Amino acid sequence: MSATWNILAAIVVLGLSGLPAYLLPARSETGQRVATAAMVAGSLLGLCGVAGGVGGAIPSVAGAAWGLPYGRFSVAIDAVSAVFLALVFVVPALGSIYGLGYWGHAQHRGTGRRLGLFYGLLAGSMALVLIARDGVLFLIAWEAMAMAAYFAASVEEDDPAVRRAGWVYLIATHAGTLCLIAMFALWRQATGSFALEPAPAMAAGLASAIFVLALFGFGFKAGLMPLHVWLPGAHSAAPSHVSAVMSGVMLKMGVYGIVRMTALLPVGPPWWGGTLLVAGAITGLAGIAFAIGQHDLKRLLAYSSIENIGIIAMGLGLAVLGRALGRPEWVLLGLGGALLHTINHGLFKPLLFLGAGAVIHCVHTRELDRLGGLARRMPAVTGLFVIGSVAICALPPLNGFASEWLIYLGLFRTVGLGGEPGFAPAAVAAVVLAMIGAMAVACFAKLIGTVFLGSARSDASQHGHDPTATMMGPMIVLAFGCVCLGLFPSIAIAPLEDASRTWAALAESTPISLAAVAPLGWISAAGLGLVAVVATFALISRITPRAGAVAEAGTWDCGYARPDRRMQYTGSSLGATLVDLFGLVVWPRNHQPAIHGLFPGSATFKSVVADTVLDRLVLPFFRAAGRYMSMFRVFQQAQMQSYVLYVLTIVIVLMVWGTMGAEP
Amino acid sequence: MTSLFNGLLVIVLVMNLFALGTSRIHALIRIVASQGVLLGIILLLVHRHLTIPAFAVAMAGIAIKGFLIPAIMLRALRQAEIKREIEPLISPLASIMLGAIATAFAILFSGQLPLVDQNDGALLVPTAIATVLVGFIILTTRFKALTQVVGYLVLENGIFVFGMLLIEAMPLVVEMGVLLDLFVGVFVISIIVNHINRAFSSLDTRRLLLLKE
Repeated sequence: MSATWNILAAIVVLGLSGLPAYLLPARSETGQRVATAAMVAGSLLGLCGVAGGVGGAIPSVAGAAWGLPYGRFSVAIDAVSAVFLALVFVVPALGSIYGLGYWGHAQHRGTGRRLGLFYGLLAGSMALVLIARDGVLFLIAWEAMAMAAYFAASVEEDDPAVRRAGWVYLIATHAGTLCLIAMFALWRQATGSFALEPAPAMAAGLASAIFVLALFGFGFKAGLMPLHVWLPGAHSAAPSHVSAVMSGVMLKMGVYGIVRMTALLPVGPPWWGGTLLVAGAITGLAGIAFAIGQHDLKRLLAYSSIENIGIIAMGLGLAVLGRALGRPEWVLLGLGGALLHTINHGLFKPLLFLGAGAVIHCVHTRELDRLGGLARRMPAVTGLFVIGSVAICALPPLNGFASEWLIYLGLFRTVGLGGEPGFAPAAVAAVVLAMIGAMAVACFAKLIGTVFLGSARSDASQHGHDPTATMMGPMIVLAFGCVCLGLFPSIAIAPLEDASRTWAALAESTPISLAAVAPLGWISAAGLGLVAVVATFALISRITPRAGAVAEAGTWDCGYARPDRRMQYTGSSLGATLVDLFGLVVWPRNHQPAIHGLFPGSATFKSVVADTVLDRLVLPFFRAAGRYMSMFRVFQQAQMQSYVLYVLTIVIVLMVWGTMGAEP
Repeated sequence: MTSLFNGLLVIVLVMNLFALGTSRIHALIRIVASQGVLLGIILLLVHRHLTIPAFAVAMAGIAIKGFLIPAIMLRALRQAEIKREIEPLISPLASIMLGAIATAFAILFSGQLPLVDQNDGALLVPTAIATVLVGFIILTTRFKALTQVVGYLVLENGIFVFGMLLIEAMPLVVEMGVLLDLFVGVFVISIIVNHINRAFSSLDTRRLLLLKE
């Protein structure tokens, strides 16, 4: 009980953390410090609650009737909530500290307090989403979260691009909420109440309808393709620490929703898991393909988030499939991998967004082809960014590897090991996962190569410098988390196993454990060995005297006499091969000039990678709808007489209709 | 009793057609005023046991609809210095035809309604519906602000007739409320008429289109 109260108190503190700043002048740094202190204190309080809840007797429940017509105030934490709560109570607080340097109230007089207010609300409402055990309370928290994210992400509303991204987000999130409202309505019809308790039995068709609605409703938030339309724009428009929270934590609320609903619904048919697997595979592949084609630092990271959501969905699909077919080891590996990847992505993606923020903070551009050569000027940020990139590429010895490895192990088991029957189509997902991993390496090689290596492509990127301690600290903490979970993934094994058992409602006596099916100790050994080998080589190369002095010279410049610093491989040229390979999905547009004669005049080349779903499908549809709907404007003449005529027409029609109905 | 009652209601119907046929605003206001007075008298007749409050309401209705509102409107008309509806959407003759069709429709329609026997044979329901329809016709085919007000008055008269059906059930307070609304509405519009006239140099409500975004 006390754990729940701790978390409720934490939610209140987080949610109201931005208010005290309004008592102080807009430029006051004190207000911002108070808000950050409240964020940190609330998060610590919440973490105590999570730790108490996991250690103590869970699930702990608190409930009370309220004055609203439907539902009741009912909250509880269990092992599944605890995994996600841990993220909510870590990342936003770190982001808030980062914000002290990145979005100081003195520099952002007009927006600082507003951002602080909605940032705190976002964190508080996300925690409430995770503990709500009533459909109505859940929807209220969900909507509060969506709106807080909207206001936090669109603080720079002077910029038309930000406004546009905000609109797209607003429409997408409400489309998702609409699905959720329908889902809870069906849920009430099926179970008789809005309470989110495991439903023992319901008609198969109804359960499937609820599952599909959940997939759409939560898919909008999580960013499953093709419901991801809002994600790249909103993430690139938001301030970097807000992007970090949105990508690292808020997307996971969509994942949580799917996890929660699949746990509450009775065991479904195998196609549920199959659908999740396919959706995850498509999301992962298309997400990383789009990421490679991006020219904008934060858009690239946003697409990479979509890819990671795809990986999580694949793990989740495996678990749902395992539950349908009665395979506890698939459930453990699939859900364990998905949840661990959720945590991992919640560490390295904020790290990358904060690193990108540090770059943007001093260079003032997000365009990859204007950056370059920052490794020399921002060595610390570069190091942290590389750690995050290695982790997100799922390379050992960092944490991305551990979670993807669990999913791999699970997918391999679907082939049917040792005579037990398998489900071979699911094993194809392992191949897709491998492809995604390889492309992620290509994507981040391009990113680091363009941003940090080479030489500066513009004057602005010559002025880079490592940021202040308030901005470095949170990044160091996140990187430390990546390394820890990468080298010692076994520290996460107990909560993951608890969560998986809770989710699948496995009996205590089921003789299977995550530690047995996934020997994570080997990862630690291999990781430490790898670190040792690399360190040894580094040491050897450091102490071995070099043969001759290092000379600096230009690279081969194709015989051109006066090379310029813009004459480097651009981001788009590095990714061109892979983008063309996926041209069918990514649909890149190259505007290249036709060059004639021996001495052609000046010409320009431009390549555009638009979002296929948003820019080629959704927006044209909306534009066409706007055009045809404007035909109805003739009815809005602003003339009294015509309006009265409408009333008269309707009255007469109703009278005639009524007369016909009255005749016996 | 019923024949007297029906006779009065036929006069109300004829007044409707008069209102549609005239193009002089002055005459229009007079007709609607006398229609209001007539309705007040009918209200007195309809009550089987006339109580003092009912009498007071009927008297107040006659005073407001028959004298007060016309006085305000005639004053606004004088100040605005206009006399006729110059360009109605359809000619007065066509308006009368339309009104006749509406009346016929109302009689046919009320024949279909499942009414209490007590009201069978009486012209009360057809008159109410026809008057409402005529009010609508005036509202949609005339463009001067003042004729619009007249349209609303006719509309309200129709509802008033309908209210007589429910005379036993409907409390008089409702009746008083409707009267008050009507009075305030006309009062406000008559003031606005002056302002419209000054701002747009016309009373044509179509000019108000300029206010559209």
